[in-house]
Parts: sequence; structure tokens; C-alpha cells
Amino acid sequence: MPQTEKTAVTLDPSMADGLMSYTLRLADDALVLGHRLSEWVSNGPFLEEDIALANTALDYIGRARMFYGHAAQISTDMLACQKTEDDLVYLRNEREYQNHLIVEFPIGDFAFTMARQLLIDTYSVHYLDALKKSADPTLAAIAEKAIKESRYHLRRSQDWILRLGDGTDESHRRVQTAINELWDYIEALFEVDALELGLIEQGIAVNPAAFKATWLADITASLEQATLSVPTTDNAIRGGRQGYHTENLGHLLTELQFVHRSYPDCQW
Amino acid sequence: MSQDQLELFEIFLRAKRGLDHKHVGSLHAEDATQALEYARDCYTRRNEGVSIWVVKSADICASQEDDSECFFDPSDDKPYRHATYYPLPSAVDNM
Repeated sequence: MPQTEKTAVTLDPSMADGLMSYTLRLADDALVLGHRLSEWVSNGPFLEEDIALANTALDYIGRARMFYGHAAQISTDMLACQKTEDDLVYLRNEREYQNHLIVEFPIGDFAFTMARQLLIDTYSVHYLDALKKSADPTLAAIAEKAIKESRYHLRRSQDWILRLGDGTDESHRRVQTAINELWDYIEALFEVDALELGLIEQGIAVNPAAFKATWLADITASLEQATLSVPTTDNAIRGGRQGYHTENLGHLLTELQFVHRSYPDCQW
Repeated sequence: MSQDQLELFEIFLRAKRGLDHKHVGSLHAEDATQALEYARDCYTRRNEGVSIWVVKSADICASQEDDSECFFDPSDDKPYRHATYYPLPSAVDNM
């Protein structure tokens, strides 16, 4: 467990449940996206990009471990339910995962992967910048570390979107299609439920609505520079934060969890 | 994308401030900016460097195997070009 320091936040104990769920949501987002990116290993368009994608995947999995470690700590210190990182990752079902839907889609073609990265990396930089000011010092410390990685991820995804958007007719068409498909899942990134609202009032959680306009301006600039257009749809597909997923998450978890479920507590 | 559309770059890393950049390998990229990013990802993940140079391999003018006889052999029999050839005066302990 990388994050060993005690939870120092002075918190109304009735909020502990909420803090654990919130931490798990951030962890699930990072794990599922990291797992998806890892599917590029040995399938990258060329060796150097393969390695770069694997690095990004590892950054996300490292980030997930810090969040799961924190959630496990909260479960032990504040909730007396003693969960370990492994319990949280390997023994929760699809309905218990609370990641945003956008991260669970299969990797698609390279344009789809990079389009998703641009949307998420831009979001992450703003989100983590706000999370650095969290009243929970562990969440703030994780954000401090993770934002440096996200800034680098964003540099890469902006670079690729420019190359693909302003590249050939085919690369332009593929990346525009990907942006259009992903756009239905954007609105959910900026919505918060009662659980998060309570934590936002305590200064613990981030309110993404606060940076929505900046995010859109950043994305618009990136897309326009790449000769791509910003979708205008009002579609908003929701559910991830409530545990309602697309069929894709079940398949992902099957692959992720089957060894642990077949050989419980196996060590190697 | 196939590798033959990409250019080859040579990668140089500075391990610490004050040291020289050292050649560590080469990689393929579309341009120098991308080569710098791939160099970061391929060669500096374990704290190997604080600064990266990338140079197009095609821009390096290298001596050829055929040249080695006239380039390097003439110095083979000229040990007096090394400082160690000269006995040190006993007053000088170390140099």
C-alpha cells in the first residue's frame, strides 16, 4: 500500500461512508481506464507508442492503487470494516463499481483511444487541480502527485489529436467519429449526486461544474486547432456513479478478477 | 502507421546536472517533438535523466569503417602522445 499515512482529516464520522464511496469512485475511474489502456500493450501502432501507452496505463493503475489504499485505510480506521485493496478491486461486482461510463468502453481504434484521452486528460488536469485543495490531506497529496502525470498525458493526447485531426482524410474521419460517440458521456462527468454534494460542502470533494466552461473552452481550442468540430448534441447518458454500467464493464471485470476469484488470496 | 513513415532519432541523456549528455539509444518518431516525448517514455522512467537531447540520425555524420585505417592506426605507435609516457619527477607524487 503506497499511501501509509493515517487519515488526518477531521471529519464528521457520519461522512466516513461517503468519503470512502467518493474515494472508490476516483479509484474505479483510474483503474478501469488504466486497464483499458493496458490492452494496447503489444498492440500499439509502433513500438515507441506501445511503450508510451503502457506508461500511461501504469500511471493510472498507480493512481488507482493510491485511491484504493486510502479507501482501505478509511474502512479500517473509520468504518471498522477492514477492507484491503484486493477486496476492493477483485471482490466487488459490476453494480458496486462506480466509475464513469466513458472510461469503460473498449479501446476501439487508435483514434478512439486518443480522443477519449484528450477529453479525460483535460478533465483530469482541472479536476486534480481542484482536488489538491481538498480538506482531506491524503486526497490532496494524491492529486498533487497525479496532476504532474496528467499534464504529461494531456501533452501527448493534444499532440495526437492534432496529428490525426489535421492528418489524412481517414484519420480526420476516425477521430471526429470518436469524439462524436464519446460526447454523449461527457455531461455525466460534470454532474454530482447528494453524496458528492455533501462532501463538496465539507471542502473534501471537487465540484466539476465549477470548471465545466474552462474544460469546454480548452477542448474547443484543441479540436479547432486540429480542424475538428465540437459536437452539438444534448444527449447525456448517465449511470456509472450509481453502478449502472454498459455491458463492457462486466467483460472487463471478468478478465481482471478471474484469477483472484479462482484462487482466493493466492500469493505469487 | 508503419515504421517506414517515421524518422530515426538518436537520444542523449544528461544523468545529473553537471554531467555531459550521453548517447543512450535511438527510436522512431514523426518529428523531434514526438521523439522527445518517446525518449521520456522509453529512457527516463527510472530517474535516468534530467535533460534530453534528440538528434535526427540522418544528421549525424559518422566516420566509416573504411576510414579507420587512415584515421586511427597512425596513433597506434605514438605512445609519447600520452602523458603516462613521461616519467614523473619524484617531487610530483600524483598527477
